[in-house]
Amino acid sequence: MGHLILRVTIKILFAPIILFAFYVQFHGDYGPGGGFQAGVILASAFILHALGFGLATCQKVIPPNWLPAGMALGVLIYAGTGIYTMLFGDNFLDYDVIQPDSHHHAGQHIGIIAVEIGVGLAVACTMLQIFYAFAGREPEPMDDAW
Amino acid sequence: MLEFILARYNYWIVICLMMTGLYIVFSRGNLVKVLMGLNLFQTSVFIFYITVGKVIGGTAPILFEDKAKKDDHHGDDHHAPAGEAHHGEGHSTAGDYASSVSVAPSGMTNEATGSHIASMADAQALVTDGAVHAKDVGDYVSEGSHHLDVPGLAPHLIAPHPEDAASLPSAAQELAGSAAYGEVLYSNPLPHVLILTAIVVGVATTAVGLSLAVRIREAYGTVEQDALEEADNAYELVEADT
Amino acid sequence: MMLAAAASAEVGSEVTPSTPEVVGFTGAFAVELCLLALLAATAVAMIRMRRLFGVAMLSGIYSLLSAAFFVALDAVDVAFTEAAVGAGMSTVLLLSGIALTAKVEMPVSRTRTIAPLIIVGVTAAALVYATIDMPGFGDANAPANAYVGRAYIEQTPSDIEVPNVVTAVLASYRGFDTFGETVVVFTAGLACLLLLGAGAIRGGGRNDDGEH
Repeated sequence: MGHLILRVTIKILFAPIILFAFYVQFHGDYGPGGGFQAGVILASAFILHALGFGLATCQKVIPPNWLPAGMALGVLIYAGTGIYTMLFGDNFLDYDVIQPDSHHHAGQHIGIIAVEIGVGLAVACTMLQIFYAFAGREPEPMDDAW
Repeated sequence: MLEFILARYNYWIVICLMMTGLYIVFSRGNLVKVLMGLNLFQTSVFIFYITVGKVIGGTAPILFEDKAKKDDHHGDDHHAPAGEAHHGEGHSTAGDYASSVSVAPSGMTNEATGSHIASMADAQALVTDGAVHAKDVGDYVSEGSHHLDVPGLAPHLIAPHPEDAASLPSAAQELAGSAAYGEVLYSNPLPHVLILTAIVVGVATTAVGLSLAVRIREAYGTVEQDALEEADNAYELVEADT
Repeated sequence: MMLAAAASAEVGSEVTPSTPEVVGFTGAFAVELCLLALLAATAVAMIRMRRLFGVAMLSGIYSLLSAAFFVALDAVDVAFTEAAVGAGMSTVLLLSGIALTAKVEMPVSRTRTIAPLIIVGVTAAALVYATIDMPGFGDANAPANAYVGRAYIEQTPSDIEVPNVVTAVLASYRGFDTFGETVVVFTAGLACLLLLGAGAIRGGGRNDDGEH
């Protein structure tokens, strides 16, 4: 359990960080950002929570056994977008086929958003999984002090 | 000589940073410290890539002229699906002009300010002179962009009425503004893409290395390479004895 | 180019044709030099420091400084990623790794640092020798910038119509690469799970698989 000030700060920051992660996720077409950054920011919100309130509290919000599923789902969304375009007779990840009649490449935009969601989910779950793996480990008693 | 150094000092400092990381990897025995050195080396390689992709006078590769193009396409959607084929009005031609100048290669980096003003006047001339003239110029400009000297067209374009600028409708002025932005030079986006993904992959692989170090610590009770070797040797001796 | 300069003079502006080949001591130059100096200082401090907690913090600082440097080099997406990953994620990881392994590094004897110094010096000399043939910093017509990179900027407005070229290249032109990277991240996550995670899934604690 962290210090009181830390806990209050984390409570205030937690929701805006998640909101910011979604902003970065869906605004990646127009400004800096995208799935990779959004995934890391989303994971860092939960890591911050775990640092302030303890790992067990955080694992109530996001149970550890969801995370491998989320990682796999993210990669599958990415690969599924590619398979989808193949089913319509184009190359793997050739998004134009999603909306072939569009004049402003709506197919490309939909494809990019789908792929970025896959990336974001995979990265967020992987980062949180890695943190859970390290933080869930009991440290051995050490000979050398700080 | 000074010019030669100024064009390369960036590379040299980055090489020094890389070598710092490499030195930590080679000289230290603590596995966690070695991983940190590797991280340092990795980040320095990232810096090197981004340094190579920088273009002097360039800006971040987020395109400017999107607004003009967006207007263009909304117009198309409202009128007819086939509207894309022929742009009758000077409005859309100016939009195209903006994009065709934006693709003009980097030859014109140098006169950044000068050609900004020139092309602002261009765009205004285009808008005021109306469709036919604009169309011609648009074609000419896209031809010209192959020869790397688009700004060279400026003199005879500015001639008509630069003083009309004040009386232009606001939409046209906006267009003129975005046309002026259209020729912005961008830094190379390719290294950015490569490095962006490499950073995330880098932290994931660092985590794998750290978890290996954690397992080694749990098995041997230490992460110092010397102590690990000693433990291995002692174990082999015991094995040989029994 | 001369014509353009003449044109700008005709417009009647006070713009004088500049000489861009010589990199002047501009503000951007000073900022870059300061950031590089700070990066070098941080790196040297990382060599000398033996308390790993401090080294982890310095590596976070190094990442943050390099993110600032990336902004100076127009790579805003990379800077964003480096600030989020390098200064946030990787520092947390290093700290949790340190908590599970060792706090302080054993001192290294002077004699063991000589061979690495020689190797590093030779490598640095070779790399510096290689830069002599390289195109200068910021050269728009360097081979690295002239072909495919420029093609992406030219083609994105007509092919994809996404303002951020980096996103366009990342997700569309080079979607296959990014798929590979995502799979690598996924695989690394799985590897961590296999190395450490069994305990984490069952609610913490080490799994004693009998090495002791």
